[in-house]
Amino acid sequence: MNRFDYVRPSSVSEAVAAGAEPGSAFLAAGTNLLDLMKGGIARPTRLVDVGRIPGLDAIETLPDGGVRIGALVRNADLAYHQEFARRFPMVAEALLSGASAQLRNAATTGGNLLQRTRCPYFYDTASACNKREPGAGCDALAGENRQHAVLGWSEACIATNPSDFAVPLAALDAVVEIEGRGGRREVPLTDFHRLPGDTPQIETVLAPGELIVAVRLSADAAAFAGHARYLKVRERTSYAFAVVSAAAALRIADGRIEAARLALGGVALKPWRAREAEAALAGASPGFESFQEAAALALAEARPSGDNAYKIELARRVIARALTLAAAGTPERLPALPGSPFASGGSLHD
Amino acid sequence: MPLSITLTINGEPRRIDLDDPRVTLLDLLRERLDLTGTKKGCDRGQCGACTILVDGRRINSCLALAISHDGAEILTIEGLARGDALHPVQQAFIAHDALQCGYCTPGQIMSAVGLIGEGQAGDDPERVREGMSGNLCRCGAYAGITEAVIEAQRALTSDAEKAA
Ligand SMILES: Cc1cc2nc3c(=O)[nH]c(=O)nc-3n(C[C@H](O)[C@H](O)[C@H](O)COP(=O)(O)OP(=O)(O)OC[C@H]3O[C@@H](n4cnc5c(N)ncnc54)[C@H](O)[C@@H]3O)c2cc1C
Ligand code: SF4
Ligand code: FES
Ligand code: FES
Repeated sequence: MNRFDYVRPSSVSEAVAAGAEPGSAFLAAGTNLLDLMKGGIARPTRLVDVGRIPGLDAIETLPDGGVRIGALVRNADLAYHQEFARRFPMVAEALLSGASAQLRNAATTGGNLLQRTRCPYFYDTASACNKREPGAGCDALAGENRQHAVLGWSEACIATNPSDFAVPLAALDAVVEIEGRGGRREVPLTDFHRLPGDTPQIETVLAPGELIVAVRLSADAAAFAGHARYLKVRERTSYAFAVVSAAAALRIADGRIEAARLALGGVALKPWRAREAEAALAGASPGFESFQEAAALALAEARPSGDNAYKIELARRVIARALTLAAAGTPERLPALPGSPFASGGSLHD
Repeated sequence: MPLSITLTINGEPRRIDLDDPRVTLLDLLRERLDLTGTKKGCDRGQCGACTILVDGRRINSCLALAISHDGAEILTIEGLARGDALHPVQQAFIAHDALQCGYCTPGQIMSAVGLIGEGQAGDDPERVREGMSGNLCRCGAYAGITEAVIEAQRALTSDAEKAA
């Protein structure tokens, strides 16, 4: 780890000023940043520790029925917040399927959304990586790329975004509240992360020094609470990143789907919202046929970026299964067990 | 730049001068305070050997800067027993042979104490395994670990009921 200076601002405005200085990086819990610094991938010369800024750690119900999640709310505290989990069950399920209990106790809302890709070549400083070093090339293109993207990738970068939390947030139209020196602005989560294009080093819409202060979900998002699931397929049952995951939510009335929300994880450099699939589900009757059609639509544009054609078929199946589970109803027990296909509860067959 | 912090470690308040902000809680405990019960497996958040309780919550001490935790209360494996009386989780690990080489054990035990405190798993083996998934055991003592955690959970719940 390189040497760095350490500062601990006591307000958002101090943090924003300090964060805009060249070489600075915000430190929340550090579970991603310190890991990257130990590997020499991130080399900030100054850490701006935002972990104790007052007022950023609350989960507030808003007058319109929405919820505002402070940037410093810990992943575990959000998932185990009873009222939150009851109203946004697939967000809780996604959080609990990420990382481990120890990491979730530390990891923050803002830090989770800004965690960086797990592409092994990004992590290996001896490899060429356009994200780490613009123009260097991408060793993943001709390397081990079973885990890489099948949607939205470019020749410059085929990596995926590893966050589970971001997937249901994208499905539910979450909004990110950002504060910079110019004041406060808001960005829909679906526009927050950028696809790689020619500039994979630019990962989000944040300008230097801009701080996430909160994430909001609206009352509309809570209307999906009765039929919502997060399903995550990984290479071991727990404590592993998604190969493919899906957040699926339905509003069902009189045996018909009134509205659907669907987003995928593990397939692209951002949480992938499947709007065409949602449109096709609206008005359909829930069942194998409509779910298969939605799955096909969601993957219509998918292309393998390497040895990962299997992910396209896997994603279709994960979608169909997540929709089936959602249609059967959100499990009674909240928070639900993390979204593993091996978890009990919410069986396909009941 | 001298950086001074205070931590309460296993009940004892300590003032600590850090010469460098890079020191993690794990390195502070092991290298500077001679509390080597907490183990370093991967140093990258991937194994759980370094699990400690900070303000009652289990975390990976390898991915936590000491300087960020000024004022915190730390519990490590060294602070778990009451004199010669082992903590119920320690007793249960022995009773169920929940270890072989023992390297992961302090982390497993601290993690189990955290899990039981969180109250989310109860005595359901599937939930216990999920709740303990952040602790890898290279010797594969998982069967015994799950049994030990369930027994400790039951012992601690019945103690709490007796006390009530
Ligand atoms: C072994 C392991 C397994 C994991 N498995 C999973 C998994 O399965 N699923 C999953 O989703 N995640 C997983 N994670 C990642 C984990 O969720 C993230 O490390 C964590 O959420 C990051 O939060 P943090 O508070 O520690 O962020 P930090 O490490 O402190 O920060 C991360 C980044 O965000 C920036 N930042 C932090 N807060 C703000 C803010 N408010 N405004 C602007 N910038 C900010 C920092 O500058 C840094 O660039 C895993 C991590 C490890 C180590
Ligand atoms: S896929 Fe992206 S992150 Fe991975 S090596 Fe290529 S450029 Fe880097
Ligand atoms: S040493 Fe901290 S998780 Fe492995
Ligand atoms: S007992 Fe040897 S690693 Fe767990």
